Amino acid sequence: MKIMYFAWMREHTDCTEEHLAKPDAVNTVADLVAHLQQKSAGHAKALSNMEVVRVAVNLTYCDLDTPVTDQDEVAFFPPVTGG
Amino acid sequence: MTIRVQTEDFDMAAEYKILSTASAGDIPNASVGAVVTFTGLVRDLYQDKTIHAMTLEHYPGMTEKELTRIYDEAMSRWPIKKATIIHRVGRLLAGDQIVFVGCASPHREAAFEACHFIMDFLKTDAPFWKAEETDAGITWVDARDTDKTALKKWQE
Repeated sequence: MKIMYFAWMREHTDCTEEHLAKPDAVNTVADLVAHLQQKSAGHAKALSNMEVVRVAVNLTYCDLDTPVTDQDEVAFFPPVTGG
Repeated sequence: MTIRVQTEDFDMAAEYKILSTASAGDIPNASVGAVVTFTGLVRDLYQDKTIHAMTLEHYPGMTEKELTRIYDEAMSRWPIKKATIIHRVGRLLAGDQIVFVGCASPHREAAFEACHFIMDFLKTDAPFWKAEETDAGITWVDARDTDKTALKKWQE
């Protein structure tokens, strides 16, 4: 699966995107967050407040209960500030 | 439908001309009688901070998808003959144009409301992020609660 980070989250994780073979225990966005939080201190910091972070699976907004598969693109980003 | 995400500037006059000369399209027997446009600019002063520039980042692919969704929703609510959404990305200086939304309709109410609706949802749903350059350095702009509150008027 492809994981993407934007804005200040990207600065904490130190990468814009990373690829990951979906672990068997990861079935939802919430599982994926728990898995990624273990990767590094930066990942843990970026994903520390999931009430603020927005998530998109395959370019569509979703929530922590959304199922994920090995083929998915999952993006994490802060509330948007365009316009 | 015109939706563009670009680094280069846009020309208000050229965009207005395209909207004002929209053909009959989906609304037969009614030509364009109203064009409403909105242009957003980079402020040079905000909450006592002097802003020299800002850099806009976005999520290519999702940005266009979200803008198309917002556009389609506006088209389903109001009789719009033509609409344009342009959003710039990259580094912009104080005073630069950031965003353009224009709507052409037979009558003014639809054009005003559709333009307002598109901007309100662009602010809360389109994946863009701003980093400001001030004397203190570069900081990511925080989202404003007032932008979310602004959506309530469209939920009735």
